[in-house]
Amino acid sequence: MHLKNHKGLILLLFLLVIPLKIDSNYLYSTLVIIAIYSIVVQGLGILMGYAGQVSFGHAAFFGLGGYTAAILTTRFQWPTLLALLAAAILPGIIAAIIGRQTLKLRELYLALATLGFGILVHIIFNEGGELTGGPSGMSGIPNLTIGIISFDNDQKFYLLVWFMLLLILVGIYNLVHSRTGRALCSIRESEYAAENAGVDCARLKLQAFIFSALLAGLAGGLYAFYVSFISPSPFSFHTSVQFVLMAVIGGLGTFWGPLLGAVVVVSLNELLREIVPLLIPGAGGEYQIIIYGIILVGLMIFQPKGLSSIGRYFRLPLKKELKPEG
Amino acid sequence: MGEQLLQLLLTGLTLGSIYSIIALTLVTTFNVTGILNLAQGEFVVIGALIAVSLQGTGMPMAVVFLVSVILVGILGGLLERLTINRARGASSLGMLIITIGLSISLRGLALLIWGTDTYSLPAFSQGGSIMIGGAALNPQSIWIFALVAVTLAGLYGFFEHTFWGKAVKASVYNQTGARLQGINLNTISLLAFVSAGGLGAAAGVSIGPITMVTYDMGFMLGVKGFVAAAIGGLSNVGGAVIGGILLGILESFSSGLISSGLKDAISIIILLGVLLIRPEGIIGAIRERKI
Amino acid sequence: MLLELSGISKHFGGIVAVKDIGFGVKEGSILALIGPNGAGKTTLFNIITGALPPEAGSVTINGREIVGLKPFEIASAGITRTFQNLQLFGSMTVLENVMAGAYLRSKKGFVRSFLSFPGTCREEKKIREESLILLEEIGLAETAGLPATQLPFGKQRLLEIARALASRPALVLLDEPAAGLNPSETEALTDYLKKLKTKGTAMILIEHDMQTVMEAADRIVVLNFGQMIAEGTPAEIQAHPEVIKAYLGEDEKIA
Repeated sequence: MHLKNHKGLILLLFLLVIPLKIDSNYLYSTLVIIAIYSIVVQGLGILMGYAGQVSFGHAAFFGLGGYTAAILTTRFQWPTLLALLAAAILPGIIAAIIGRQTLKLRELYLALATLGFGILVHIIFNEGGELTGGPSGMSGIPNLTIGIISFDNDQKFYLLVWFMLLLILVGIYNLVHSRTGRALCSIRESEYAAENAGVDCARLKLQAFIFSALLAGLAGGLYAFYVSFISPSPFSFHTSVQFVLMAVIGGLGTFWGPLLGAVVVVSLNELLREIVPLLIPGAGGEYQIIIYGIILVGLMIFQPKGLSSIGRYFRLPLKKELKPEG
Repeated sequence: MGEQLLQLLLTGLTLGSIYSIIALTLVTTFNVTGILNLAQGEFVVIGALIAVSLQGTGMPMAVVFLVSVILVGILGGLLERLTINRARGASSLGMLIITIGLSISLRGLALLIWGTDTYSLPAFSQGGSIMIGGAALNPQSIWIFALVAVTLAGLYGFFEHTFWGKAVKASVYNQTGARLQGINLNTISLLAFVSAGGLGAAAGVSIGPITMVTYDMGFMLGVKGFVAAAIGGLSNVGGAVIGGILLGILESFSSGLISSGLKDAISIIILLGVLLIRPEGIIGAIRERKI
Repeated sequence: MLLELSGISKHFGGIVAVKDIGFGVKEGSILALIGPNGAGKTTLFNIITGALPPEAGSVTINGREIVGLKPFEIASAGITRTFQNLQLFGSMTVLENVMAGAYLRSKKGFVRSFLSFPGTCREEKKIREESLILLEEIGLAETAGLPATQLPFGKQRLLEIARALASRPALVLLDEPAAGLNPSETEALTDYLKKLKTKGTAMILIEHDMQTVMEAADRIVVLNFGQMIAEGTPAEIQAHPEVIKAYLGEDEKIA
């Protein structure tokens, strides 16, 4: 029974072998970035898609994870695995501290409070002086070492992050099909009715928020170890928007949405970077920004349920055939 | 010391007036449509950048001002028709995401057309600084104060003394009633975005001579405008102006006396403080879905 | 007494919503709350379930004071409810709605759900089976896999009742459960509620359909303009002159 439920994950496991055959560093690095972003969006997906709470500040948790790993390893010579753990835990603790008050806010106000938090943390990275290295950041982050394995090349890192992502996916599958997953959904649908079923909405929302911060921090730590250099610029508001974009593109409240969203956005990123200069000589990143904006707006208007929902157009008639009476 | 403080106060008043205008447009759009327009700062920047280009052709500043206001007003209306209007059923969060998408696109568009250069605009009137008790006041600041006053008076006059203004106000309280009276909510939303664009451009052209203009300054301007609006209670026009001026003064003093790098941090801390410490005062302004 | 209310009062602005209400509900009995629209019935439900704080008075369940507790704490104390304007979980299936209602029947928290200890499956299975049985009893078994929003209105009401029962509460507050049901459905519902009562579940019923009220209720409380004007058995209420005057009007007869 368990195997049948996880057939998508097993298929994914097989797909992951293909890059090993191609063995291209470019492919590896793209896939590593996809997995890292996807880990962030998995958590954000639980927060937004299930608990129904938005965050425009997750780049901050992502960055806090990255800086935690970077500072602990380069300034304090912590073992890398321990630093990675701290990279996940610290953002979780910060989320626990700020979440209690923040999550009382509704919709727009929550969006703006998280947005403000994101900007504030980004300023701290920039103005952190010696500790964060200011705008130029810090380099020389050592390779991640787990036991005797040092993740010192793209292939090894690829295997590591996708393995972690798979574990997280299994966990998320369990979560959304559990009592807790249903409770999260019920908060999104009607907080009032959820409370009447005995769900402590405030507590569960906070847990989802902490969970998403932990995952974002973990991803940030992995990112720091992967690129071995860190600066404030990848953790700006723009990145937070990208995370939301991935969650929305993939489809909120769907299992494959976060991964799909990360794949689409990162691939699009790469594609635009390759294609745009060919079509329009001399053009740079500006086209990408415009196209992102247009996609985001277009999706919200025409496909607010994300790309995963497109799959339903194909599946629905089939179901009807099977169950004519419904 | 006294002179320095006075100088900081004058700078803060100017800065605050800019935030006030942005906050005013945010509040008006929010009151009328229920949408928090995060692309407002982009209207300001695009207005200023259009003025830069027009001014390059040798047009007089008054014409530049008018044309820029009209063009960005049209842009605002166009965007409303193309996006907001087509997403009628979206939640307030969906609308927020749409305006963020618009903001990103507009920033990209500005980058595409005007590049990363820093521009400046000539002042509206000739003449050197006005000295007040040893502190210098840029004459352009007076134009900005005037713009705030005119905007405020205009909004007040519109909402309190014209049929259309009263109709819009009524529609906010009672949508069905408004429809019965033949007031078209579609038109109101269009009108809100046209004026948001126009006012944004007016603010942009006015601040161009004081602050330099770059393609990417719109986002923070928008955020500051929101902070100002939030201080004043989001749906309160007078509060937005006071909030904006308070924020401007606070920023000016903190960057003058503490550190200029933390200027933006100050306003964010204020934002979070207002949201978290006094949420009940602000939350009342939001039209929540009733169960 | 399972539930006891005493001295409950609440104003909205200057308007009295409920004033000095006091009554009790015995284990395994049905109390009907009747009165014209705006008499304060739903307000009373909101106060009992913790959605509204009363200005004065106390509510106890099994002797334990619950005024001031949060809604979810009151649910764990054994009181659930249905809503007059339905509050179903629209994106979930019928079965999932009931399973979500059974939240209190299992224990697994966020972390253990994520890590999926072996117990999860057993617990899930138990909840699923119990929920299916509940759907069977209330007559929604064939629709278990449908999205809740695809049910006709009357069945959505039944689903809300099933969801409220899923946590096996000691007391269920039913806000107009028969509204939107046809006569045969209403009759089936009445029978079901009576059966439920014999199994030991107590109920407070807000209902306009007098036949249902008279048939199902053990006791009736009549509210008018927020005040309790009568309390008694169906027979007593039918004969109560003030009730007839205030609530039913001179010309109407009680079925």
